[in-house]
Amino acid sequence: MTAILSIQDLRKVYAGGFEALKGVSLDIEEGEILALLGPNGAGKTTLISTICGITTPSAGTVTVGGHDILTDFRAARSLIGLVPQEVALEPFEKVRNTVRFSRGLFGKPTDDALVENILRRLSLWDKKDSSIKELSGGMKRRVLIAKALAHEPRVLFLDEPTAGVDVELRKDMWDIVDELKKDGVTIILTTHYIEEAEAIADRVGVINNGELLLVEDKDALMGRMGQKQLEVHLSAALDAVPAALADYNLDLGKDGRSLIYTYDIRAERTGITRLLNDVAQSGLVLTDVNTQQSSLEDIFVGLVSEGKP
Amino acid sequence: MNWTAVAAIYRFEMARFFRTLMQSFLSPVLSTSLYFVVFGAAIGSRIDQVEGVSYGAFIVPGLVMLSVITQSISNASFGIYFPKFIGTVYELLSAPISFLEIVLGYVGAAATKALFIGCVILFTASLFVDFTIAHPVAMVAFLVLTCLSFALLGFILGIWAGNFEQLQLVPLLIVTPLVFLGGSFYSISMLPPVWQTVTLFNPVVYLISGFRWSFFGMADVSIGFSLAAIALFLCTCLAVIWWIFKTGWRLRG
Ligand SMILES: Nc1ncnc2c1ncn2[C@@H]1O[C@H](COP(=O)(O)OP(=O)(O)OP(=O)(O)O)[C@@H](O)[C@H]1O
Ligand SMILES: [Mg+2]
Repeated sequence: MTAILSIQDLRKVYAGGFEALKGVSLDIEEGEILALLGPNGAGKTTLISTICGITTPSAGTVTVGGHDILTDFRAARSLIGLVPQEVALEPFEKVRNTVRFSRGLFGKPTDDALVENILRRLSLWDKKDSSIKELSGGMKRRVLIAKALAHEPRVLFLDEPTAGVDVELRKDMWDIVDELKKDGVTIILTTHYIEEAEAIADRVGVINNGELLLVEDKDALMGRMGQKQLEVHLSAALDAVPAALADYNLDLGKDGRSLIYTYDIRAERTGITRLLNDVAQSGLVLTDVNTQQSSLEDIFVGLVSEGKP
Repeated sequence: MNWTAVAAIYRFEMARFFRTLMQSFLSPVLSTSLYFVVFGAAIGSRIDQVEGVSYGAFIVPGLVMLSVITQSISNASFGIYFPKFIGTVYELLSAPISFLEIVLGYVGAAATKALFIGCVILFTASLFVDFTIAHPVAMVAFLVLTCLSFALLGFILGIWAGNFEQLQLVPLLIVTPLVFLGGSFYSISMLPPVWQTVTLFNPVVYLISGFRWSFFGMADVSIGFSLAAIALFLCTCLAVIWWIFKTGWRLRG
């Protein structure tokens, strides 16, 4: 596989002197889906805007399909579709016209069949002759996607496509992304929702303070984040984990008054039923039970405070 | 050069114009009619003729210029300011087009609309007064050049403006006075000598004078001067546009 998007030591210093990107390097393979996670102000939008030509890079190079985004910007941008974070649409324009306009802007000849197909896929065909201002927020977001797809891009940037979108539409959005992936489109999306990254991404990147803290295969990352802990509180303190429970790899809690069981929530069998049975059999008296899950938030906090993964 | 993109922008802008066709035409037609009633009838009854032309006919070129200049500026400045304001400019910036295509699309559309309105005013005027056009080719050339130059100026203004107040300030404080003091409704020779000299620093004088020459074959300043003035103005705007293009001023952060 070759990298369709290659970012080398990309820096962005805004006019006020604020450094929003502090040397980001990243290669993205053709056909993969990369989810970028990061707190507000991390630099996700800045990264996307710089690649797409909305802001100019202060240093570093970016190539798309081998074309430099500055010296060969026409070829580079022809390959890119962008769905911005903020909904920005001409309110009086008709849905179909605005999609046609986007295609024209990218220098592609009129193709009504293609536009129809895109609108149908996004469930917007019924609304083709409506003005943008007559649409709901979720529909407007889909119009933005339709516009971004109008010139058949090879790389699609989705900047928080599901922010403020209901559960159903979020699922629809994931289906759309899935279909695009089948067509071989490379997708880079930003999100604040871990389930979203989990549902659709191949790789996950975490960005904070303008630095890319980690880029990891989703399954590996999920393995780390999918860990859950079950804590069983006991009426009497223990000195050691009872021999009868040795198979479970338990840890002794504070003061020996609890047992901690770590398991993978995505596993077919978590072993909880058997564990609780065995705990009861061994004659221990339980006072309370609680569970804890390492969340994306924890990983963020861990990454940010350590500075490195 | 991405001509498809230029056409897309041009059509998009013209569509906006046609969506509001009634307003687009009604207001210039109404104001022209009012000018004829007020200036033509009230003042015209006192000033019989200016340099051998009836006063009503004399003000026609000035009236057309007045509207064409304001329309070019407001169309072009609004055209590019609006996407900046509502955020749709992201699409222009991320498209495989250069600044040149953006300028051609927006300025072309703005100039076309202004030209349209210029023609409507000329037609409306012909309902009120009799006039003939001595040099039709020169007349059209002047009109087109004026539309283009002021649309370029408007485009620069729209790029520069940070809010709606600024967008309206320049036309209100600079352009309208220059046009009114540019001899739209009078001949420079009617002014006291000192003011005649002052007026010669007003670039619009050269435009209106040249345009009036194409109607009646008479001018305040020589036709060569007029052509040079509009050429100079056009080149200045192009130079500024070129500079914006090079630096990405106010468009790309
Ligand atoms: N035009 C600008 N001028 C100056 N600073 C900016 C500009 N745009 C963004 N910033 C700053 O750059 C940093 C990164 O912003 P960015 O929009 O890239 O964050 P983000 O990761 O997309 O956040 P969010 O999740 O809230 O969308 C922020 O501190 C922001 O204030
Ligand atoms: Mg953002």
